[in-house]
Amino acid sequence: MVVTERWSCSENVPDLSCLLAAVPVEAGFPSPADDYVERPLDLNELMVKRPEATFFVRVKGDSMEGADLRSGDILVVDRSLEARDGQVVVAVLDGEFTVKQLHYRNGRVTLLPANRKFSPIPVTPEQDFQVWGVVTYVIHAV
Amino acid sequence: MPSDDSRVCGPVYALADCNNFYASCERAFDPSLCGRPVVVLSNNDGCIVARSSEAKALGIPMGVPYHEWEPFIRRNRVCVRSSNYPLYGDMSHRVMRVLAQNVPMIEVYSVDEAFLNLSSFPSKGLTDRMRTLSNMVFRWTGIPISIGIGPTKTLAKVSNRLAKRSPDLGGVMNWLEESVPEELLGTLNVKDVWGIGSRLGRSLGSMGIHTALDLMRSDPQRMRRHFSVCVMRTVMELGGTACYPLGDSPVPRQTVVCSRTFGADVSEYAVLREAICAYTSVAAEKLRKEHLLARMVQVFLMTNPFHNDQPQYANNAVRMLPLPISHTPALIQAATDGLKEIYQGGYRYKRVGVMLAEIVPDHLVQTDLFAEENPKSKRLMQVVDGINGEWGRNTMVFAAAGIERPWKMQQRSLSRRFTTRWDELPIARV
Repeated sequence: MVVTERWSCSENVPDLSCLLAAVPVEAGFPSPADDYVERPLDLNELMVKRPEATFFVRVKGDSMEGADLRSGDILVVDRSLEARDGQVVVAVLDGEFTVKQLHYRNGRVTLLPANRKFSPIPVTPEQDFQVWGVVTYVIHAV
Repeated sequence: MPSDDSRVCGPVYALADCNNFYASCERAFDPSLCGRPVVVLSNNDGCIVARSSEAKALGIPMGVPYHEWEPFIRRNRVCVRSSNYPLYGDMSHRVMRVLAQNVPMIEVYSVDEAFLNLSSFPSKGLTDRMRTLSNMVFRWTGIPISIGIGPTKTLAKVSNRLAKRSPDLGGVMNWLEESVPEELLGTLNVKDVWGIGSRLGRSLGSMGIHTALDLMRSDPQRMRRHFSVCVMRTVMELGGTACYPLGDSPVPRQTVVCSRTFGADVSEYAVLREAICAYTSVAAEKLRKEHLLARMVQVFLMTNPFHNDQPQYANNAVRMLPLPISHTPALIQAATDGLKEIYQGGYRYKRVGVMLAEIVPDHLVQTDLFAEENPKSKRLMQVVDGINGEWGRNTMVFAAAGIERPWKMQQRSLSRRFTTRWDELPIARV
């Protein structure tokens, strides 16, 4: 399952600053199109479903490059979502934040990197482990 | 007064209170702090203003000067943080929004407390429902909360205290459950009852009223004669008769204070004056936000009492205004006038501040044609507050409050503003 939806500025995104149906009005005659004026697109609407539970986290490192998460990217993290097998999560392992793909089988958790240079991290019951939030979008400057 | 009938299915209130709020905010973004003692320092790192439960267990008291406890704190490897108000403000907002989305009505009582009106929920399963809500707040925001439920706001506060005291309750205590005996009130010191406090507590103690149970069993009319109608209402609330709906409380705001300790000692009048103007602006903004007016302006200043080798001076001045107001320029004028009176050259000042007192709600005041609070100035104040609310405090300032602010505070162990600045986001090493 693909969890992250990569978003970047160059890919088919309309100019966000323009009103979709704003038309200049001639003096004296209200334009019928005025009825169709809409608010400008707001990225929050797209990427932040639950503002109370959404946090932004900056990535440092390259272990998730294969999943399009690069160093310097900003992750949109929703803490209200229940983490499921296969999702990319921000996790706390022994007091440190990390970002990995959650692998959950037969009651065992493994954190999977997306880069061949790194090995999977099996989480042992003795370790202090907790899913902090589920990554829903990646903001990546091109 | 509610009738007997309404007592059968009368109002139900809850108090949701964040556990060790400031320390919990720090922990939410620094997991290495979990399970370790944490203290948070006041503005300018002066005093300890918040402690995690581990720090409380070590015996570190609330409100003590940090430098007195620094050796102890080092020895016990206690984590220290400067107070990070932008972070706490944002986290508070998140917690309050989750609460508001899940109950019909809430009253935000302070940065980390809200009263909830649960009257419309079925009483069956209410405790579990609140437990679910408490878990949800923790999962969504990372902030642990406790919820106390009761037939009155005062008993909701009591339940909350008891919930915090017994970890096996899972953070929720319901006074309305049959298994809860009213004798539990006997374990609560009377000064800890909402609206009582230590001064009234001492007077009550001299009458033989030491616990919340003693107070509940006292004669309401006698309490009214001896003290006030507020204490009488507290007695009734402890007995289960609701006197305070959401939005009402036995402890109205008495003062608005804004003061800071300087990072570096300040001697020049011009710098002190700027600081006083800035603090007065902040205090006035707070007044207007709560629809209050103040009549008394007190300015105070002091040198550093820990520098015994330097000449010491402390003083304060009071200005009474002809009418209660909330108009910033007029309050600034009164404050700077007071400062002029007490300022003495040749001293190195450590702390200055402004207190606004003699406070009344703004709807109780008749407009005086000759007062400075005219509709035009009220409109100006609304515009200024609106801009500062939207764009951040200090976007629009009164010129007298200065722009450079060399006296800004010292914050040595400040965490980042994780939720309000793009360049200070939490970092995950990947």
